[in-house]
Amino acid sequence: MTDAQPIIQIRNVSKRFGKVTAVDNVTLDIMAGEFFVLLGPSGCGKTTLLRMIAGFELPTEGQILIDGQDVSNVPPNKRPVNMVFQSYAVFPHMSVADNVAYGLKIRGVGRGEREERVREALDLVKLGGFEGRMPDQMSGGQRQRVALARSLVMRPKVLLLDEPLSALDAKLRAQMQFELSDLQDQVGITFVTVTHDQDEALSMASRIAVINKGEVAQLAGPSDLYEYPANRFVADFVGSVNIFEGKLTLDEPDRAAVDCPGISKVYLNHGVTGPHGADVWIALRPEKIYLHVPGEGKAVRAAAQDAPDGHNFARGVIKGMSYLGDITLYEIKLDSGEMIRVSRPNLSRHDQEDFTWDDRVSMHWRADSPVVLLG
Amino acid sequence: MALFNRTPVAPLEYTRKAWMRGWVGATMFFLYAPLLILMVFSFNDSKRNVVWRGFTLKYYEKAMENDSLVEAMVNSLTIAGLATVFSLVLGALAAVMLWRFRFPLKGAVEGTMSLPIIVPEICLGVAFLIFFAKIEWPTDLPWPLNLSAITIAHITFCFPFVAMVVRSRLESFNREEEEAAKDLGASEWQTFRDILLPHMKPGLIAGALLAFTLSLDDFVITFFTSGPDTITFPVKVYSMVRFSVTPEVNAASTILIILTIVLTAVALKLQGVKAIAETH
Repeated sequence: MTDAQPIIQIRNVSKRFGKVTAVDNVTLDIMAGEFFVLLGPSGCGKTTLLRMIAGFELPTEGQILIDGQDVSNVPPNKRPVNMVFQSYAVFPHMSVADNVAYGLKIRGVGRGEREERVREALDLVKLGGFEGRMPDQMSGGQRQRVALARSLVMRPKVLLLDEPLSALDAKLRAQMQFELSDLQDQVGITFVTVTHDQDEALSMASRIAVINKGEVAQLAGPSDLYEYPANRFVADFVGSVNIFEGKLTLDEPDRAAVDCPGISKVYLNHGVTGPHGADVWIALRPEKIYLHVPGEGKAVRAAAQDAPDGHNFARGVIKGMSYLGDITLYEIKLDSGEMIRVSRPNLSRHDQEDFTWDDRVSMHWRADSPVVLLG
Repeated sequence: MALFNRTPVAPLEYTRKAWMRGWVGATMFFLYAPLLILMVFSFNDSKRNVVWRGFTLKYYEKAMENDSLVEAMVNSLTIAGLATVFSLVLGALAAVMLWRFRFPLKGAVEGTMSLPIIVPEICLGVAFLIFFAKIEWPTDLPWPLNLSAITIAHITFCFPFVAMVVRSRLESFNREEEEAAKDLGASEWQTFRDILLPHMKPGLIAGALLAFTLSLDDFVITFFTSGPDTITFPVKVYSMVRFSVTPEVNAASTILIILTIVLTAVALKLQGVKAIAETH
């Protein structure tokens, strides 16, 4: 995908509804063949952005180009994109085959070719044999496949999906995540998906744009987004995180240190290129913190040996625990009085008994684990 | 043992509760017994509608031979047919307008539109009488144009009912379906024809049935707007009953009832009962 061309170019697009700015000066390139995800909390403007690509909303300012053509003022029925709606919007008075054939019929595709393509599309979404069914005889998951087939049969340049999995139950959602990725591989069409679910975004996307208050907070691949969040919003929205305020006390090309009174002195084995003495934030993922009984910690730390003494180390008391099966989540009150979340995989069946409420524990983390956030 | 082993009545098993059955029975009785008696006595071989004196069809013959009664019936059906078609189109358009668009004074438009529903019929009747007299609407036109005044009056009070029914049907429309159609390339008109209209269909059928029956049995407004030569069925029955209730009236009424039932059945059959029930 290195030589990919942008299929959608969003240039300085803003959308205002009266006094409310839904999308604020967004510039984005979506590459051909990508599985692109717009991720953000509800009301952040991600759906408005998607609807502007589809043509249901017109930008107040800026331009949208699809395949090099300015479509800013092209109505939705003339755009080379198709959309799968959140409610699926399957036409209830038409059979599955008629639903899928509808767009081709409008386009004037002959009966023979139409039937052939409808069959292909239904096979693609594993609904072969359902041609004669009416939508009210199908489950939510099946209706979604109809909506998918109905869009894919048009062979659009881009397929837009608005919260495609939000109405499905957890098991089906997990399954559909894989199927959507597979489908995208098979048809090679660019997918643009809107979701508020970070798991969904991380598991399916090739690239993710995190949207906050109408602006792109960060644009990155799934693992970069998780491991190298650019700001507090992204760190907090994608995954679970502990954030502590601190002052940058050391910043060299190969190491840095931040003094966080809330937790400890934090040492990093890389530079952060921030102004010395600046107020910064440290983000630390719960799964990157090692938990041990006090005393035992020294040995563990000695093994890690990647931070000077007195750094990357904290003590506290367990105040809350939730056992989630695969992991156990601990809420720990630090000696500074602040709370921290630590997760711990239950490697053996008895692991959950290692720590319990009101236990005094020590924590440490590796020097490459914390992320320094400047904003 | 089995004799005493009756399953107890569950809270929601209404059909097994005696008082409920009684209530339903009474409702049915008061609703349909008068109609049934009317129909039965149309076959009564007696000039008076009190005692059963044997089966006969002669009052049907008599009703059919009564030219003015047949004419009144034809007039009524013509008016009802025309009023249904016009109020269906007007009502549906009004419903779509009110549902779809936002415009100044929308509330006022909505309110005035439902006026014919709430204004007492007698007032509407008098209003129409004065109105048609004032603008000197011609009364001596050939059939069916001589029915125009009545038809216009009927359309006026029928179309708000259609609009109301269709509007409530539109409330359940998923706007994303419309967007999906456009997304697939459909124009505004194609979207209306292929997506919105099929959704409105049960509402349109219900509205048409409502308009047809409202127009068919309207007495008050018709009475005030009918000219000397334009007698409708209800008005004719009224004038006949003033002398005496003969089985002839029963026969004519029975024909009307059966006609209405057949029409409704055909409409339901065409659409499928399910779709009508879906008018939630």
